[in-house]
Parts: sequence; C-alpha cells; structure tokens
Amino acid sequence: MTERSSTWVTTPPSARPWPLGVADDAARIDIIGLTKRFLTPKGEPFTAIQDVTLAVEPGQFCAIVGPTGCGKSTTLAQVSGLDKPSSGSVQVGGHIVDGITNGVSYMFQADALFPWKSVLQNVLVGPVLLGTPKKQAESLAKDWLRRVGLSGFEDRYPHQLSGGMRKRVALAAALINNPRILLMDEPFGALDVQTNAIMQTELLGLREELRPSVLFITHDLDEAVALSDRVVIMTSGPGTVKDIFDIDLPRPRGDVPTLRHEQRFIELQTQIWESLRDEVPRAYERTAGVAA
Amino acid sequence: MSAMVQQGTGMTSVDTARAELMPVQPESELQASARRARTRSIIWVWVGRAAVAVFVIGGWQLFTQLKWVDSFFYGQPTKIWDSLVTLFTEGTAFGSIWDQLWVTVQEALLGFLFGSIAGVIAGILLGSNRYLSNVFSPYIKILNSIPRIVLGSIFIVAFGLGIFPKILLAGVLVFFAVFFNAFQGVREVDQNLVANVRVLGASPFQVARHVTIPSAMTWIIASLHTAFGFAIIGALVAEVLGAQKGIGLIISQSQGRFDPNTVFACMAIMAVFTLGAEYLITLLERSVLKWRPPVRSEAQSI
Ligand SMILES: Nc1ncnc2c1ncn2[C@@H]1O[C@H](COP(=O)(O)OP(=O)(O)OP(=O)(O)O)[C@@H](O)[C@H]1O
Ligand SMILES: [Mg+2]
Repeated sequence: MTERSSTWVTTPPSARPWPLGVADDAARIDIIGLTKRFLTPKGEPFTAIQDVTLAVEPGQFCAIVGPTGCGKSTTLAQVSGLDKPSSGSVQVGGHIVDGITNGVSYMFQADALFPWKSVLQNVLVGPVLLGTPKKQAESLAKDWLRRVGLSGFEDRYPHQLSGGMRKRVALAAALINNPRILLMDEPFGALDVQTNAIMQTELLGLREELRPSVLFITHDLDEAVALSDRVVIMTSGPGTVKDIFDIDLPRPRGDVPTLRHEQRFIELQTQIWESLRDEVPRAYERTAGVAA
Repeated sequence: MSAMVQQGTGMTSVDTARAELMPVQPESELQASARRARTRSIIWVWVGRAAVAVFVIGGWQLFTQLKWVDSFFYGQPTKIWDSLVTLFTEGTAFGSIWDQLWVTVQEALLGFLFGSIAGVIAGILLGSNRYLSNVFSPYIKILNSIPRIVLGSIFIVAFGLGIFPKILLAGVLVFFAVFFNAFQGVREVDQNLVANVRVLGASPFQVARHVTIPSAMTWIIASLHTAFGFAIIGALVAEVLGAQKGIGLIISQSQGRFDPNTVFACMAIMAVFTLGAEYLITLLERSVLKWRPPVRSEAQSI
C-alpha cells in the first residue's frame, strides 16, 4: 500500500510512471508456492490452488489454460491483490503483493462495464480514479475508443452495444492506463469466431505498442498458442501447474487466422493438446463427484 | 459501416425484385405512422381514465341522490364540490385554506427530505458495512415494528402542537421505506464492478461514489414513490392527533361536526398535491435512470 501511494499518487498522471512500449523489471510477475483455500458453505476448507509457481518475464505474454474449475481465475485474483493467498506469495516487480497491485488492469471473466455510464465514461474511469484532469482524460478516452474502432459510440450505454463492442470497450478501459501488467480472464470467450479473431489481432497490435506483461486465461488452445510467448497448463484437484510450453513463433505475428495454418503452430498446438487431454475428463469427473 | 452504406445505395437483384412486388414504405412515413399509433393509444388511455371517474363519481352521486345510501354519512360529490368552494372562498375557522395547505405541505416535504436523506445514508452505510448492519439490525427491526400512530402521540406529547412533531413523524415513515430499499440496493451491487474499480485503485469513498451509490439508485428512486405517500400520511395523521394548523386539523374538526363532505374535500386537495409531487419524482427518475434499458422495446423500435 505504501509503495503504491509513492508511485501513483505523487507522480502527476500526465508523466507516465513508465515509458510506453518498454517493459522494465517492475513488470515482472513471480508467483511462488501460491496456495489458496476457500471455506465451503459447510465450513470445510477447499483447496482451489496448491503450490502454484510461475514466473512471467517483463513484457511477456503468458497464457494459462486448464480445465474448468482448476483455479485460473483464483490465481489471477491473487496477482491483482483483490484476494489474499492462504500461503505462498505473489511478487510484482520484486515487491510482495499486499493490497491492490499498482499498475494492473484486469479484464474480468464476467462483463464489468458500468451500465449507468456511457461508453466514454466507462473508458474514462481509469484515468479519473488516478486523478487525471477531466479534459485530458476525455481526450485520452476518445483516442482509445478510436483505437478499438468505436469512434461515434461515445454516448451510447452498454446495453445499446453488441457483445463484441462491449468487449472492445472493456479492452480500451483496461489499456487506457498503460498498465504494466494486464490480467485477462477469458476476455473473448463469449464471442463468435470471426469477432474473436478480430479481437485477437487487435490485442496483438495494441500489446506490441504498450508491452505490458500479460496473464491471459483462455479455454481456446489456438488462441493461447497464437497470442502468447508461454503457455501454462494447469490441472485440477487441486489446481497446480502441470506443464509450461515456450512458444517460439516469431513476432510480430500479424493475422491470427493465417497463423493457424503454419507448420510450427500446428506442432505446438498438438503438443499442448496432448498434455491437456487427460486433464479435462478428470476435472469434469471431479466436479461431477462433488455435485453427486 | 461499409456494409450499411452498401445496403443504402446498391441493391441486389433479389432486393429490387422484392421492392417491385411490395412497395416499401419510406422511413418518414414509418415514423409518422408510429407517432399516430402512439397518439391514438394515449387518447384511449385518457378516455378510459375519464370513464372510470365518471362511473365512480356518477354512481356515488346517483346512489346518494336516490337515497340508497345516506349522504349524511357518506357525503355526496356535489356537496363535496360545494365544500371545496367554501374552503377556498370563505376559508376555515383557522385562517385561509392556503395557509393550512402550506403548513401541511411544508411538514410533508421537510419530512420527506430529511427522512429520505437519513434513509439513504443509513441504508448505504449499513449495506456496505457488515459489522454495522449486524450490530444495528435488531434495533432497526424493533423500531420498525412500533406502530407509527403511537410514535405520533409520543412526538406530540414531547414536542407540542407545532410543525416539528409532524415533520418527525413524516420523516420516520419515509425513513423506513427508503432505508430498506437503499440497504437492499447496496447489497445487490455487482461485486464484479466493485472489483473493477478497486483494481483501478479506487478508495472506499470512490467505490461508493462510482459503484455503490449509482447502482443502489435504482432501488432508492423506486422507493421514493411510496415514501412520498408516507410523508403525506405522516403529516396528516400527526395533525389529526393534535395541531393548531393544517389540513389534518380541518379533517379532524369536520369529523367532529359530522361533515364528511369537507373531509372528502381535504382528501381531494391532498390528492392533487400528491399527483403533482409524484409527477416530479417521475421526472427525477427519468433523468437519473436514463441509462436503463427500456422495459419493453416500445421506445426505440417501431
Ligand atoms: N469464493 C469462493 N468460495 C469457495 N470456493 C471457490 C470460491 N471461488 C472459487 N472457488 C472454487 O475454486 C475453484 C477454482 O475456481 P476458479 O474460478 O479459479 O476456476 P477457473 O479455473 O477460473 O474456472 P473457469 O475456467 O470455469 O472459469 C472452483 O472449484 C471453485 O468452486
Ligand atoms: Mg474462471
């Protein structure tokens, strides 16, 4: 908490705490022996993730895949500082996370736009909370809406947008603060294939510009391979890291749909699928067992 | 965008063929016919309303005229009208009717104002702080279970016949109506949104300003409609219990004189005032909640 006040509140928001497009050591994420237990409604402890160890280099794009309920969202919540680990720790830029991590943007699994704010105001929230003057924040927000292709929609309310447009607003709202660390929880999960491909290409381009470290949760292996430098496979019961794959596809990668047909892409995708294959039915049986 | 432009200018052969078969209504005509349909439905609503009024008031007049019911006990519309005229031309035993109305309106409005402000603040505080709500909830339940008319007597004994005890009773009635809604509204806040602003570095105060209050607003505004009715009830009941001025005093005096017509006349006066206030609350609701999707798609689609 003291660390955040020294970097965020005292520096004027106009002077960005870190330069654009350069990943420095402060963007490093180290997850060390992270364990999280929840109390079930019956009062019994339930271990969601156990001993997860994982490092994300500054500026790296790291995807997490794993069967449903294996603790991916839980891991992200610990990194953001919204939740406290039961044991182990998360370090960002060498500092242990305690309270909200500074310089983080989080795109949630569920829609998290403010229904009572217009599109512009939704994107504006980030800078306004940092104390940016209204005028400056507004022009910044307009610029971001243009970048995600939503110029002319500033005055609409979220319920007047399509699902894909809402995700683009959320993306603009997440990137406007130039985050050091971008946490994305299945951001494009609910979109149709075409929109999904557009969003992925868009994300790749924007990421090249800002170079945040990214933790990206997805169910879609193609998406994981196409976007990331590293894919982490998690297994359930309780959630642990099973495998880590480094994706050596050259960057910039350009168009995601074309990438899918490249030889190396298919190789990597197959390897990851092999690793994941046994886990999916196991995880399913486990949750089915709980329900029965 | 480009797709829309294409649709507007170039037509495929299938489209042209269809256009020849079925004359397409131009946009302006569609709009005009939608407007006509809306005007027509509004007219019918007002015709229905007038019919209900004629039926009820006319029936009442008829029954009392034919002596099927005794107008001495139940009043009669024409006599109520006479009383209204008398009230406004000759005034009352305690001064002009405008004086009395102003006193009651003042009590109701001040009670409404203080009651709803206190209700909103208490609701948001207790709704967002589990410790406070656990500590206070039994007391609030106890207070809420006290019959309000008893409270009215207590206030009048304690604070005399002035306007303060009336404001207090109206305020208490309003408070509970607003409090429970504000409390529930805060409890229903989408935790995703709270997490969203917390990650962006919001202080607890900013969380309240950006998430909790706007999201509870739907609930709070909904409660203001009923709360305003309670404010009037509070002011009138307290005046009936004991007052030196006010519509409630006229009502209790007329009751003593077996004059139901004046009582009904007072009710009519308060009804007009309440309708006006209700209209203002609806305007407020529209402007504060303009972000809400329309309940039915009538508004935007034709
Ligand atoms: N607040 C909580 N209380 C109790 N158990 C919880 C809580 N949050 C999560 N869990 C449990 O922890 C496990 C991991 O949940 P998590 O949301 O991290 O899964 P996930 O990997 O994100 O799944 P999905 O891919 O379906 O989103 C689940 O079994 C879930 O039931
Ligand atoms: Mg999840």
